[in-house]
Amino acid sequence: MTAAVEAPPARRPQSWLKPVSLHGGWRSAIWFLLPALIGFVAFYLYPALRGVYISFTDWNLIANRGDWVGTDNYERLLDDRQVWESLKITFRYTIINIVSQTILAVAIAVLMDRLTKSVLIRGILLFPWLIPNVIVALLWVWMLDGNLGVVNEFLGWFGMEPVRFFTDTDKVIPTLAGINTWRHMGYTALLIFAGLQTIPKSLYEAAALDGASEGQMFKDVTIPLLRPILALVLVITVVGSLQVFDTVFVATGGFGGQPGGPANASRVIYLYIYQYAFDFNQLGYAATVSVLLVVILLAITFLQLKLLRAGESDLA
Amino acid sequence: MTNIADRIENLGSALEPSARLRRLGIGRGAAWLILIAILVVSLFPFWWALRTGLSTNGNLFAGDQSLLPVGYTDNNFERVLGTASEAEILESLGRENTGSFDFLQSLKVSVIVATAITVGQVLFSAMAAYAFARLKFWGRDKLFFLFLSGLMIPPIFTLIPNLVLVKNLGWLNSYPGIIAPFFFMTPFAVFFLRQFFLGISREVEEAALLDGAGNFRTFFGIIVPMSAAPIATLSILTYITAWNEFLWPLVVARAPERQPLTVALGQFTAQQPGTSPDWSGLMAGTLLAALPIIVIFLIFGRKVVDSIGFSGIK
Repeated sequence: MTAAVEAPPARRPQSWLKPVSLHGGWRSAIWFLLPALIGFVAFYLYPALRGVYISFTDWNLIANRGDWVGTDNYERLLDDRQVWESLKITFRYTIINIVSQTILAVAIAVLMDRLTKSVLIRGILLFPWLIPNVIVALLWVWMLDGNLGVVNEFLGWFGMEPVRFFTDTDKVIPTLAGINTWRHMGYTALLIFAGLQTIPKSLYEAAALDGASEGQMFKDVTIPLLRPILALVLVITVVGSLQVFDTVFVATGGFGGQPGGPANASRVIYLYIYQYAFDFNQLGYAATVSVLLVVILLAITFLQLKLLRAGESDLA
Repeated sequence: MTNIADRIENLGSALEPSARLRRLGIGRGAAWLILIAILVVSLFPFWWALRTGLSTNGNLFAGDQSLLPVGYTDNNFERVLGTASEAEILESLGRENTGSFDFLQSLKVSVIVATAITVGQVLFSAMAAYAFARLKFWGRDKLFFLFLSGLMIPPIFTLIPNLVLVKNLGWLNSYPGIIAPFFFMTPFAVFFLRQFFLGISREVEEAALLDGAGNFRTFFGIIVPMSAAPIATLSILTYITAWNEFLWPLVVARAPERQPLTVALGQFTAQQPGTSPDWSGLMAGTLLAALPIIVIFLIFGRKVVDSIGFSGIK
């Protein structure tokens, strides 16, 4: 690295930069960084700061301006019972997702680990994850239709009454979570499967020699060593579930329904923000609610990584 | 890599032959059955959509749940593509046409948007990733960390300010408006490529620099060709993500002629009546809208599958 290199002729020696390097400091780096830097500042950094500012205004999209209103929006947020209701719905959706998705994904991953490494099978499992949410929602709205849906036909074979998956206020959130689980279980399973490949086989052999049963090996070898990947999966699932929007918007908004329906039973927090911003044209308040969501997301991520000590595996 | 189960089985049978073997033997058969059931569940909705798209609404509403199309017709696909005649529409739809959208126009928008985003995002992210991996400049690691922290910003948080910005620029209902926020970089793309660039041996690169090649020639002549595989993987993932994007185009592109397929399908759904919706047309349109993704996956499936587990973020 320290080998003296003749700088290309066009480049002048650098004086103002401390680490005079082989590659020539900011002067040459800037050309590599400029487009990404423009994008980052314009569409990440600036809007993040501006989002906080907008949350202190009564921004109106038609005029595309707003006046400073101080902490009015935040005071309103504390008194807004609907926002807490919406959060409750979102958490319910998230919890159902975590449980169903993690259990299914671990099961699939362990099955694959035992049976096959076939790329075809992994591809089939991953496939639903690549399909747009809008399309996934439509496929399932049709299959779960209360009158003509094939799922109800199937349930009928077992003597069950038709289920009103989307029109029953108690069932709509579990239904949406189920659809999301269907889309994500293969992807999550592949992540866990990748994690399983990192566990040394010698540990299982040693356990087998000690007379451990399959169940014991799963509990005492697999799970502890999978902890980093499980932590990651959990964070991805939780953060993703808290931000659900497309599926809810399309699945509940079609066929004469209201997005978030029936009776706001599926109005998740993203949809709540969307409605305030674009249906009610109260962008200031919508920004305030999204500040709240960011705080929740950051806190949950931080807590999870902390609790699960994600960085360390027992393998170290 | 030989199967762990097999090796354990060997070990186990050496210890207590009959019992262990029998247990695993039954377990294996049952395990295959479960896995196959899961695969069927993963694929069945697509078959059901195809079967529905090839049926007539009249037969569907009669409640026929046959696994094969009921009253086979390809009119629905023609309807979606806009090539069906009045008589054909009436036959497959069973009533007057109520809602519709210009599928080919939306397909064009989706292709343009996803292509532009992929080219821009991958190129610019790769350049930035190279700077972060190889060049030395003041504040490099701090800047990289700042970029990474962008991963923590949920899209809804930047949605409103970005929309305000795009409106100020006069880019509502335009390609630049739909494309811009994804065009220059994503923190994930920079992170993903930086990991690969860090792994490339410096020797080749330094030889090129000694020969007087500038950073740009080194980057495009050596680094990019050597990283063809991860760049291809990232491009595929970026294309699919851009194709699937819904919320941003939904708020930016209110005009039908600038709506990508996801948004147009969503709007079409919202126009469907609660009683006797156009299921066959909807499923035909749904499948056609997913077709490009299906084709990409059939061609590049292995790359996509192998990329899962690389970082776990995507």
